[in-house]
Amino acid sequence: MNTIYILWLRQLKRYSRSKARIIGSLGQPILFLVALGFGLGPVFQRAGEGNYIQFLVPGIVGMGIIFTALFSGIEIIWDKKFGFLKETLVAPTSRLEIMIGRTLGGATVASLQGLIILLLSSLLGFRPYDTMLLPLALVFIFLIALFFTALGTAIASVLEDMQGFQLIMNFLVMPLFFLSGALFPLEGLPKSLQFVAGIDPLSYGVDGLRGTLVNVVHFGLATDFLVLSAITLIVLGVGSYLFSKIQI
Amino acid sequence: MQVIQVKNLTKKFGNFVAVNDISFSVDKGEVFAFLGPNGAGKTTTIKMLTTLLLPTSGEILLNGHNPVIEPYEVRSSFGIVFQDPSLDEELTALENMEFHGVIYKVPTDVRRERIEQLLKFVELWERRNDFVKNFSGGMKRRLEVARGLIHHPKILFLDEPTLGLDPQTRNHIWNYITDLNKKEGMTIFFSTHYMEEAEKIAQSIAVIDNGKIIDQGTVKELEERTKTSSLEEAFLKLTGTNIREEKASGTDRMRIRRRLHRR
Repeated sequence: MNTIYILWLRQLKRYSRSKARIIGSLGQPILFLVALGFGLGPVFQRAGEGNYIQFLVPGIVGMGIIFTALFSGIEIIWDKKFGFLKETLVAPTSRLEIMIGRTLGGATVASLQGLIILLLSSLLGFRPYDTMLLPLALVFIFLIALFFTALGTAIASVLEDMQGFQLIMNFLVMPLFFLSGALFPLEGLPKSLQFVAGIDPLSYGVDGLRGTLVNVVHFGLATDFLVLSAITLIVLGVGSYLFSKIQI
Repeated sequence: MQVIQVKNLTKKFGNFVAVNDISFSVDKGEVFAFLGPNGAGKTTTIKMLTTLLLPTSGEILLNGHNPVIEPYEVRSSFGIVFQDPSLDEELTALENMEFHGVIYKVPTDVRRERIEQLLKFVELWERRNDFVKNFSGGMKRRLEVARGLIHHPKILFLDEPTLGLDPQTRNHIWNYITDLNKKEGMTIFFSTHYMEEAEKIAQSIAVIDNGKIIDQGTVKELEERTKTSSLEEAFLKLTGTNIREEKASGTDRMRIRRRLHRR
Protein backbone atom coordinates (compact mmCIF):
# COMPACT_ATOMS: atom_id res chain seq x y z
CA MET A 1 0.00 0.00 0.00
CA ASN A 2 2.79 2.39 0.98
CA THR A 3 4.64 1.45 -2.17
CA ILE A 4 1.67 2.45 -4.28
CA TYR A 5 1.36 5.72 -2.37
CA ILE A 6 5.03 6.69 -2.70
CA LEU A 7 5.04 5.93 -6.42
CA TRP A 8 1.87 7.96 -6.86
CA LEU A 9 3.40 10.80 -4.87
CA ARG A 10 6.53 10.72 -7.00
CA GLN A 11 4.51 11.22 -10.18
CA LEU A 12 2.66 14.14 -8.62
CA LYS A 13 5.84 15.78 -7.39
CA ARG A 14 7.50 15.45 -10.75
CA TYR A 15 4.44 16.95 -12.42
CA SER A 16 3.97 19.89 -10.06
CA ARG A 17 7.67 20.74 -10.33
CA SER A 18 7.82 20.94 -14.09
CA LYS A 19 5.92 24.13 -14.70
CA ALA A 20 7.20 24.20 -18.26
CA ARG A 21 5.60 20.84 -18.93
CA ILE A 22 2.26 21.89 -17.46
CA ILE A 23 2.11 25.08 -19.47
CA GLY A 24 3.58 23.46 -22.57
CA SER A 25 1.00 20.73 -22.67
CA LEU A 26 -1.81 23.26 -22.18
CA GLY A 27 -0.75 25.27 -25.23
CA GLN A 28 -1.89 22.85 -27.89
CA PRO A 29 -5.38 22.13 -26.54
CA ILE A 30 -6.04 25.82 -25.96
CA LEU A 31 -4.88 26.62 -29.49
CA PHE A 32 -7.25 23.99 -30.87
CA LEU A 33 -10.06 25.37 -28.76
CA VAL A 34 -9.56 28.96 -29.83
CA ALA A 35 -8.75 28.36 -33.51
CA LEU A 36 -11.33 25.68 -34.20
CA GLY A 37 -13.89 26.85 -31.67
CA PHE A 38 -14.11 30.39 -32.92
CA GLY A 39 -13.02 29.59 -36.48
CA LEU A 40 -15.58 26.92 -37.22
CA GLY A 41 -18.19 28.16 -34.74
CA PRO A 42 -20.24 30.19 -37.25
CA VAL A 43 -20.37 27.33 -39.80
CA PHE A 44 -21.40 24.89 -37.07
CA GLN A 45 -24.13 27.28 -35.97
CA ARG A 46 -25.42 27.74 -39.52
CA ALA A 47 -25.56 23.97 -39.93
CA GLY A 48 -28.03 23.99 -37.06
CA GLU A 49 -25.77 22.13 -34.59
CA GLY A 50 -25.69 24.88 -31.95
CA ASN A 51 -22.72 26.37 -30.15
CA TYR A 52 -19.43 24.81 -31.35
CA ILE A 53 -17.42 25.83 -28.27
CA GLN A 54 -19.87 23.91 -26.10
CA PHE A 55 -19.54 20.92 -28.40
CA LEU A 56 -15.77 21.13 -28.69
CA VAL A 57 -14.71 21.55 -25.05
CA PRO A 58 -15.29 17.92 -23.99
CA GLY A 59 -13.25 16.79 -27.00
CA ILE A 60 -10.40 19.12 -26.15
CA VAL A 61 -10.45 18.06 -22.50
CA GLY A 62 -10.12 14.49 -23.80
CA MET A 63 -7.22 15.57 -25.97
CA GLY A 64 -5.38 17.14 -23.05
CA ILE A 65 -5.89 14.00 -21.01
CA ILE A 66 -4.66 11.49 -23.57
CA PHE A 67 -1.52 13.46 -24.39
CA THR A 68 -0.54 13.78 -20.73
CA ALA A 69 -1.63 10.25 -19.82
CA LEU A 70 0.18 8.47 -22.64
CA PHE A 71 3.25 10.52 -21.95
CA SER A 72 3.17 9.66 -18.24
CA GLY A 73 3.05 6.00 -19.12
CA ILE A 74 5.82 6.33 -21.64
CA GLU A 75 8.00 8.05 -19.07
CA ILE A 76 8.90 4.53 -17.98
CA ILE A 77 11.28 4.47 -20.92
CA TRP A 78 13.16 7.37 -19.36
CA ASP A 79 13.24 5.61 -16.03
CA LYS A 80 14.51 2.53 -17.81
CA LYS A 81 17.23 4.44 -19.58
CA PHE A 82 18.31 6.67 -16.76
CA GLY A 83 18.43 3.94 -14.20
CA PHE A 84 15.65 4.76 -11.77
CA LEU A 85 13.52 1.83 -12.90
CA LYS A 86 16.24 -0.58 -11.75
CA GLU A 87 16.00 0.88 -8.28
CA THR A 88 12.29 0.07 -8.15
CA LEU A 89 12.56 -3.30 -9.88
CA VAL A 90 15.04 -4.82 -7.41
CA ALA A 91 12.97 -3.74 -4.40
CA PRO A 92 11.04 -6.42 -2.52
CA THR A 93 7.66 -5.30 -3.84
CA SER A 94 5.52 -6.92 -6.47
CA ARG A 95 5.71 -5.46 -9.92
CA LEU A 96 1.93 -5.20 -9.88
CA GLU A 97 2.19 -2.70 -7.01
CA ILE A 98 4.80 -0.70 -8.90
CA MET A 99 2.65 -0.71 -12.01
CA ILE A 100 -0.47 0.33 -10.08
CA GLY A 101 1.29 3.14 -8.21
CA ARG A 102 2.78 4.56 -11.37
CA THR A 103 -0.42 4.25 -13.35
CA LEU A 104 -2.53 5.88 -10.64
CA GLY A 105 0.03 8.68 -10.39
CA GLY A 106 0.05 9.25 -14.13
CA ALA A 107 -3.75 9.09 -14.28
CA THR A 108 -4.06 11.65 -11.47
CA VAL A 109 -1.69 14.00 -13.26
CA ALA A 110 -3.55 13.60 -16.56
CA SER A 111 -6.89 14.19 -14.80
CA LEU A 112 -5.54 17.40 -13.29
CA GLN A 113 -4.44 18.48 -16.74
CA GLY A 114 -7.96 17.80 -18.04
CA LEU A 115 -9.48 19.78 -15.19
CA ILE A 116 -7.22 22.75 -15.87
CA ILE A 117 -8.35 22.75 -19.51
CA LEU A 118 -11.97 22.59 -18.36
CA LEU A 119 -11.42 25.58 -16.07
CA LEU A 120 -9.63 27.56 -18.76
CA SER A 121 -12.38 26.86 -21.25
CA SER A 122 -14.91 28.41 -18.91
CA LEU A 123 -12.96 31.64 -19.46
CA LEU A 124 -13.68 31.22 -23.17
CA GLY A 125 -17.38 31.05 -22.49
CA PHE A 126 -17.93 27.34 -21.86
CA ARG A 127 -20.80 26.52 -19.47
CA PRO A 128 -21.60 22.99 -18.28
CA TYR A 129 -25.19 21.97 -18.93
CA ASP A 130 -25.83 20.81 -15.37
CA THR A 131 -23.36 21.38 -12.51
CA MET A 132 -24.91 18.42 -10.67
CA LEU A 133 -23.44 16.15 -13.35
CA LEU A 134 -19.88 17.45 -12.86
CA PRO A 135 -18.89 14.61 -10.49
CA LEU A 136 -19.92 12.16 -13.20
CA ALA A 137 -17.79 14.10 -15.67
CA LEU A 138 -14.90 13.66 -13.24
CA VAL A 139 -15.42 9.91 -13.33
CA PHE A 140 -15.06 9.97 -17.10
CA ILE A 141 -12.03 12.23 -16.90
CA PHE A 142 -10.35 9.78 -14.56
CA LEU A 143 -11.34 6.74 -16.62
CA ILE A 144 -9.88 8.23 -19.80
CA ALA A 145 -6.73 9.16 -17.90
CA LEU A 146 -6.42 5.69 -16.39
CA PHE A 147 -6.91 3.90 -19.68
CA PHE A 148 -4.34 5.91 -21.59
CA THR A 149 -1.75 5.88 -18.80
CA ALA A 150 -2.06 2.11 -18.63
CA LEU A 151 -1.76 1.96 -22.42
CA GLY A 152 1.36 4.13 -22.28
CA THR A 153 2.83 1.88 -19.60
CA ALA A 154 2.12 -1.21 -21.65
CA ILE A 155 3.76 0.31 -24.72
CA ALA A 156 6.74 1.59 -22.74
CA SER A 157 7.32 -1.86 -21.24
CA VAL A 158 8.14 -3.28 -24.66
CA LEU A 159 9.90 -0.26 -26.21
CA GLU A 160 13.67 -0.05 -25.87
CA ASP A 161 14.20 3.67 -26.26
CA MET A 162 12.54 6.92 -27.17
CA GLN A 163 13.11 6.34 -30.92
CA GLY A 164 9.68 4.76 -31.05
CA PHE A 165 8.05 7.72 -29.37
CA GLN A 166 7.54 9.75 -32.55
CA LEU A 167 5.99 6.70 -34.13
CA ILE A 168 3.50 6.47 -31.31
CA MET A 169 2.62 10.13 -31.51
CA ASN A 170 1.97 9.97 -35.26
CA PHE A 171 0.38 6.55 -35.59
CA LEU A 172 -1.45 6.24 -32.30
CA VAL A 173 -2.14 9.47 -30.46
CA MET A 174 -3.02 11.62 -33.45
CA PRO A 175 -5.38 9.09 -35.10
CA LEU A 176 -6.99 8.29 -31.73
CA PHE A 177 -7.67 11.95 -31.22
CA PHE A 178 -8.79 12.98 -34.70
CA LEU A 179 -10.99 9.93 -35.29
CA SER A 180 -12.69 10.02 -31.90
CA GLY A 181 -15.40 12.51 -32.63
CA ALA A 182 -13.62 15.02 -30.42
CA LEU A 183 -13.89 17.62 -33.18
CA PHE A 184 -17.08 16.63 -35.04
CA PRO A 185 -20.40 14.90 -34.34
CA LEU A 186 -20.45 11.19 -35.12
CA GLU A 187 -23.96 11.37 -36.58
CA GLY A 188 -24.30 11.17 -40.34
CA LEU A 189 -20.67 10.20 -40.99
CA PRO A 190 -19.65 7.84 -43.80
CA LYS A 191 -20.00 4.24 -42.63
CA SER A 192 -16.26 3.56 -42.67
CA LEU A 193 -15.42 6.57 -40.51
CA GLN A 194 -18.24 5.70 -38.15
CA PHE A 195 -16.81 2.21 -37.82
CA VAL A 196 -13.34 3.55 -37.05
CA ALA A 197 -14.75 5.93 -34.46
CA GLY A 198 -16.58 2.98 -32.95
CA ILE A 199 -13.34 1.10 -32.25
CA ASP A 200 -11.48 4.18 -30.99
CA PRO A 201 -11.48 4.05 -27.16
CA LEU A 202 -11.29 7.82 -26.94
CA SER A 203 -14.67 8.10 -28.73
CA TYR A 204 -16.33 6.60 -25.68
CA GLY A 205 -14.41 8.88 -23.34
CA VAL A 206 -15.29 11.98 -25.31
CA ASP A 207 -18.89 10.83 -25.64
CA GLY A 208 -19.14 10.28 -21.90
CA LEU A 209 -17.71 13.72 -21.23
CA ARG A 210 -20.02 15.32 -23.76
CA GLY A 211 -22.98 13.54 -22.25
CA THR A 212 -22.18 14.71 -18.74
CA LEU A 213 -20.97 18.21 -19.62
CA VAL A 214 -23.26 19.38 -22.42
CA ASN A 215 -25.94 16.71 -22.59
CA VAL A 216 -25.08 15.57 -26.12
CA VAL A 217 -24.55 11.87 -26.39
CA HIS A 218 -23.98 9.40 -29.21
CA PHE A 219 -23.39 5.93 -27.71
CA GLY A 220 -25.17 6.52 -24.38
CA LEU A 221 -23.56 7.14 -20.98
CA ALA A 222 -23.96 3.58 -19.74
CA THR A 223 -22.30 2.18 -22.87
CA ASP A 224 -19.49 4.73 -22.58
CA PHE A 225 -18.86 3.79 -18.98
CA LEU A 226 -18.97 0.05 -19.55
CA VAL A 227 -16.77 0.10 -22.65
CA LEU A 228 -14.19 2.36 -21.00
CA SER A 229 -14.09 0.34 -17.78
CA ALA A 230 -13.80 -2.94 -19.63
CA ILE A 231 -10.94 -1.88 -21.90
CA THR A 232 -9.20 -0.18 -18.98
CA LEU A 233 -9.22 -3.45 -17.06
CA ILE A 234 -7.91 -5.32 -20.09
CA VAL A 235 -5.10 -2.85 -20.73
CA LEU A 236 -4.18 -2.82 -17.03
CA GLY A 237 -3.95 -6.60 -17.12
CA VAL A 238 -1.87 -6.69 -20.29
CA GLY A 239 0.28 -3.80 -19.05
CA SER A 240 0.98 -5.52 -15.74
CA TYR A 241 1.99 -8.66 -17.55
CA LEU A 242 4.33 -6.82 -19.93
CA PHE A 243 5.71 -4.75 -17.07
CA SER A 244 6.42 -7.86 -15.01
CA LYS A 245 8.45 -9.23 -17.91
CA ILE A 246 10.79 -6.25 -18.16
CA GLN A 247 14.47 -7.17 -18.12
CA ILE A 248 17.17 -4.56 -17.97
CA MET B 1 27.21 -21.62 5.01
CA GLN B 2 27.05 -20.48 1.42
CA VAL B 3 24.77 -17.53 0.86
CA ILE B 4 25.36 -17.26 -2.88
CA GLN B 5 25.75 -20.36 -5.03
CA VAL B 6 26.18 -20.13 -8.77
CA LYS B 7 26.37 -23.23 -10.95
CA ASN B 8 27.16 -23.28 -14.67
CA LEU B 9 25.63 -19.86 -15.18
CA THR B 10 25.44 -18.70 -18.80
CA LYS B 11 23.96 -15.60 -20.42
CA LYS B 12 23.77 -15.11 -24.17
CA PHE B 13 22.61 -12.03 -26.01
CA GLY B 14 21.95 -13.38 -29.49
CA ASN B 15 25.23 -14.95 -30.55
CA PHE B 16 27.26 -13.05 -28.00
CA VAL B 17 28.08 -15.03 -24.86
CA ALA B 18 28.39 -12.46 -22.07
CA VAL B 19 28.72 -14.96 -19.25
CA ASN B 20 30.03 -18.39 -20.13
CA ASP B 21 29.33 -21.29 -17.80
CA ILE B 22 30.63 -19.83 -14.55
CA SER B 23 30.40 -21.37 -11.09
CA PHE B 24 31.34 -19.88 -7.76
CA SER B 25 30.04 -19.49 -4.25
CA VAL B 26 30.17 -16.88 -1.51
CA ASP B 27 30.08 -17.71 2.19
CA LYS B 28 27.79 -15.97 4.60
CA GLY B 29 29.42 -12.89 6.11
CA GLU B 30 32.20 -12.92 3.55
CA VAL B 31 33.60 -9.94 1.66
CA PHE B 32 33.81 -11.15 -1.92
CA ALA B 33 35.44 -9.24 -4.76
CA PHE B 34 34.42 -9.85 -8.36
CA LEU B 35 37.18 -8.51 -10.56
CA GLY B 36 37.56 -8.27 -14.29
CA PRO B 37 38.39 -5.87 -17.11
CA ASN B 38 35.68 -3.81 -18.79
CA GLY B 39 33.15 -5.96 -20.60
CA ALA B 40 34.21 -9.14 -18.80
CA GLY B 41 30.67 -9.98 -17.68
CA LYS B 42 30.66 -8.60 -14.14
CA THR B 43 27.58 -6.42 -14.43
CA THR B 44 25.68 -9.04 -16.42
CA THR B 45 26.37 -11.57 -13.66
CA ILE B 46 25.27 -9.13 -10.97
CA LYS B 47 22.08 -8.39 -12.93
CA MET B 48 21.25 -12.10 -13.05
CA LEU B 49 21.94 -12.48 -9.33
CA THR B 50 19.68 -9.52 -8.57
CA THR B 51 16.67 -10.67 -10.68
CA LEU B 52 17.07 -7.98 -13.36
CA LEU B 53 18.06 -10.43 -16.08
CA LEU B 54 17.05 -14.03 -16.67
CA PRO B 55 19.93 -16.47 -17.17
CA THR B 56 20.13 -18.40 -20.44
CA SER B 57 21.07 -21.49 -18.46
CA GLY B 58 22.58 -22.53 -15.15
CA GLU B 59 21.41 -22.16 -11.60
CA ILE B 60 21.62 -19.47 -8.95
CA LEU B 61 20.76 -19.77 -5.29
CA LEU B 62 20.76 -16.57 -3.29
CA ASN B 63 20.03 -16.94 0.40
CA GLY B 64 18.53 -20.28 -0.53
CA HIS B 65 16.21 -18.92 -3.22
CA ASN B 66 16.32 -19.09 -6.98
CA PRO B 67 15.92 -15.61 -8.58
CA VAL B 68 14.05 -17.08 -11.55
CA ILE B 69 11.47 -18.91 -9.45
CA GLU B 70 11.28 -16.80 -6.29
CA PRO B 71 12.28 -13.26 -7.27
CA TYR B 72 10.42 -11.76 -4.32
CA GLU B 73 12.32 -13.77 -1.70
CA VAL B 74 15.58 -13.01 -3.44
CA ARG B 75 14.83 -9.29 -3.60
CA SER B 76 14.09 -9.27 0.12
CA SER B 77 17.57 -10.62 0.79
CA PHE B 78 19.81 -8.09 -0.90
CA GLY B 79 20.58 -4.43 -1.46
CA ILE B 80 22.49 -3.04 -4.39
CA VAL B 81 24.47 -0.01 -5.44
CA PHE B 82 24.44 0.02 -9.22
CA GLN B 83 27.29 0.87 -11.48
CA ASP B 84 25.19 3.35 -13.48
CA PRO B 85 23.28 6.19 -11.88
CA SER B 86 19.83 5.18 -10.67
CA LEU B 87 18.64 8.25 -8.78
CA ASP B 88 15.58 10.31 -9.64
CA GLU B 89 17.13 13.65 -10.48
CA GLU B 90 13.84 15.50 -10.24
CA LEU B 91 13.58 14.58 -6.56
CA THR B 92 15.64 15.90 -3.66
CA ALA B 93 18.31 13.83 -1.91
CA LEU B 94 15.99 13.27 1.04
CA GLU B 95 13.09 12.26 -1.21
CA ASN B 96 15.28 9.71 -2.98
CA MET B 97 16.24 8.25 0.39
CA GLU B 98 12.64 8.25 1.63
CA PHE B 99 11.45 6.57 -1.54
CA HIS B 100 13.97 3.78 -1.07
CA GLY B 101 13.11 3.34 2.61
CA VAL B 102 9.41 3.07 1.83
CA ILE B 103 9.63 0.59 -1.04
CA TYR B 104 11.97 -1.54 1.07
CA LYS B 105 9.42 -1.44 3.89
CA VAL B 106 11.78 -0.07 6.53
CA PRO B 107 9.68 0.98 9.57
CA THR B 108 9.17 4.75 9.69
CA ASP B 109 11.22 5.51 12.84
CA VAL B 110 14.16 3.34 11.79
CA ARG B 111 13.96 4.86 8.33
CA ARG B 112 14.13 8.46 9.58
CA GLU B 113 16.99 7.66 11.91
CA ARG B 114 19.06 5.80 9.35
CA ILE B 115 18.49 8.35 6.63
CA GLU B 116 19.72 11.15 8.87
CA GLN B 117 22.69 9.09 10.02
CA LEU B 118 23.64 8.04 6.50
CA LEU B 119 23.20 11.47 4.93
CA LYS B 120 25.37 12.95 7.65
CA PHE B 121 27.86 10.19 7.08
CA VAL B 122 28.24 10.96 3.36
CA GLU B 123 28.12 14.67 4.19
CA LEU B 124 24.97 15.42 2.28
CA TRP B 125 22.68 16.20 5.22
CA GLU B 126 23.02 19.96 4.70
CA ARG B 127 22.07 19.48 1.05
CA ARG B 128 19.22 17.06 1.70
CA ASN B 129 16.55 19.33 0.27
CA ASP B 130 18.42 20.09 -2.93
CA PHE B 131 17.43 18.45 -6.19
CA VAL B 132 19.73 15.64 -7.22
CA LYS B 133 20.05 17.19 -10.69
CA ASN B 134 22.08 19.97 -9.10
CA PHE B 135 24.56 17.54 -7.50
CA SER B 136 28.06 16.83 -8.81
CA GLY B 137 29.00 13.33 -9.94
CA GLY B 138 30.74 12.55 -6.66
CA MET B 139 27.79 13.76 -4.59
CA LYS B 140 25.41 11.57 -6.60
CA ARG B 141 27.66 8.58 -6.07
CA ARG B 142 27.78 9.21 -2.32
CA LEU B 143 24.01 9.54 -2.20
CA GLU B 144 23.63 6.34 -4.13
CA VAL B 145 25.87 4.43 -1.74
CA ALA B 146 24.04 5.90 1.26
CA ARG B 147 20.70 4.91 -0.25
CA GLY B 148 21.81 1.31 -0.77
CA LEU B 149 22.57 1.03 2.94
CA ILE B 150 19.23 2.19 4.36
CA HIS B 151 17.64 -1.21 4.70
CA HIS B 152 20.62 -3.24 6.03
CA PRO B 153 20.25 -6.21 3.68
CA LYS B 154 21.69 -9.67 4.27
CA ILE B 155 23.71 -9.41 1.08
CA LEU B 156 24.98 -6.15 -0.32
CA PHE B 157 25.95 -5.90 -3.98
CA LEU B 158 28.23 -3.05 -4.90
CA ASP B 159 28.96 -2.67 -8.60
CA GLU B 160 31.99 -0.39 -8.74
CA PRO B 161 30.65 1.68 -5.84
CA THR B 162 33.65 3.96 -5.53
CA LEU B 163 33.99 4.82 -9.21
CA GLY B 164 34.84 8.50 -9.56
CA LEU B 165 35.24 9.17 -5.85
CA ASP B 166 38.34 10.72 -4.27
CA PRO B 167 40.52 8.56 -1.99
CA GLN B 168 39.14 10.24 1.16
CA THR B 169 35.56 9.38 0.30
CA ARG B 170 36.49 5.92 -0.87
CA ASN B 171 38.23 5.19 2.38
CA HIS B 172 35.35 6.63 4.37
CA ILE B 173 32.76 4.52 2.55
CA TRP B 174 34.74 1.29 2.76
CA ASN B 175 35.18 1.79 6.50
CA TYR B 176 31.43 2.06 6.89
CA ILE B 177 30.80 -1.01 4.75
CA THR B 178 33.40 -3.21 6.45
CA ASP B 179 31.93 -2.10 9.74
CA LEU B 180 28.48 -3.29 8.66
CA ASN B 181 30.07 -6.54 7.53
CA LYS B 182 31.59 -7.09 10.95
CA LYS B 183 28.74 -5.86 13.13
CA GLU B 184 25.78 -7.27 11.23
CA GLY B 185 27.48 -10.13 9.42
CA MET B 186 26.39 -8.63 6.12
CA THR B 187 27.77 -10.43 3.09
CA ILE B 188 29.47 -8.02 0.71
CA PHE B 189 29.73 -8.78 -3.00
CA PHE B 190 31.54 -6.07 -4.89
CA SER B 191 33.25 -5.31 -8.16
CA THR B 192 35.92 -2.69 -8.59
CA HIS B 193 38.77 -1.59 -10.81
CA TYR B 194 40.80 -0.41 -7.81
CA MET B 195 42.94 -3.43 -7.00
CA GLU B 196 44.20 -1.99 -3.73
CA GLU B 197 40.59 -1.85 -2.48
CA ALA B 198 40.08 -5.51 -3.25
CA GLU B 199 43.46 -6.40 -1.79
CA LYS B 200 42.66 -4.58 1.43
CA ILE B 201 39.16 -5.74 2.21
CA ALA B 202 38.23 -8.83 0.16
CA GLN B 203 38.49 -12.20 1.86
CA SER B 204 37.83 -14.01 -1.37
CA ILE B 205 38.28 -13.00 -4.99
CA ALA B 206 37.07 -14.25 -8.36
CA VAL B 207 38.63 -12.96 -11.56
CA ILE B 208 36.40 -13.02 -14.62
CA ASP B 209 37.44 -12.34 -18.20
CA ASN B 210 35.55 -12.81 -21.47
CA GLY B 211 32.65 -14.28 -19.54
CA LYS B 212 34.73 -17.01 -17.87
CA ILE B 213 36.04 -17.18 -14.33
CA ILE B 214 39.76 -17.65 -14.77
CA ASP B 215 40.85 -17.90 -11.17
CA GLN B 216 39.44 -17.64 -7.66
CA GLY B 217 40.74 -17.71 -4.13
CA THR B 218 42.23 -15.41 -1.50
CA VAL B 219 44.62 -12.62 -2.42
CA LYS B 220 47.49 -14.79 -1.21
CA GLU B 221 46.45 -17.77 -3.28
CA LEU B 222 46.13 -15.67 -6.43
CA GLU B 223 49.53 -14.13 -5.88
CA GLU B 224 51.12 -17.50 -5.23
CA ARG B 225 49.58 -19.13 -8.25
CA THR B 226 50.65 -16.31 -10.56
CA LYS B 227 54.02 -15.88 -8.80
CA THR B 228 53.46 -12.16 -8.31
CA SER B 229 53.70 -9.92 -5.28
CA SER B 230 50.55 -7.81 -5.57
CA LEU B 231 46.96 -8.31 -6.63
CA GLU B 232 47.37 -5.80 -9.43
CA GLU B 233 50.23 -7.77 -10.94
CA ALA B 234 48.34 -11.00 -10.47
CA PHE B 235 45.31 -9.48 -12.16
CA LEU B 236 47.34 -8.26 -15.12
CA LYS B 237 49.05 -11.60 -15.45
CA LEU B 238 45.71 -13.39 -15.46
CA THR B 239 43.84 -11.08 -17.82
CA GLY B 240 46.65 -9.77 -19.99
CA THR B 241 47.58 -6.18 -20.69
CA ASN B 242 45.38 -5.54 -23.72
CA ILE B 243 42.93 -2.70 -23.35
CA ARG B 244 39.35 -3.89 -23.74
CA GLU B 245 36.78 -2.30 -25.87
CA GLU B 246 33.29 -2.18 -24.57
CA LYS B 247 30.50 -1.93 -27.05
CA ALA B 248 28.40 1.16 -26.35
CA SER B 249 24.83 0.10 -25.78
CA GLY B 250 21.82 2.12 -26.82
CA THR B 251 21.59 3.28 -23.23
CA ASP B 252 25.07 4.74 -23.22
CA ARG B 253 24.46 6.54 -26.47
CA MET B 254 21.28 8.01 -25.10
CA ARG B 255 23.02 9.14 -21.92
CA ILE B 256 25.70 10.86 -23.91
CA ARG B 257 23.09 12.55 -26.05
CA ARG B 258 21.25 13.78 -23.03
CA ARG B 259 24.39 15.09 -21.44
CA LEU B 260 25.22 17.04 -24.58
CA HIS B 261 21.68 18.29 -24.76
CA ARG B 262 21.85 19.63 -21.22
CA ARG B 263 24.87 21.80 -21.85
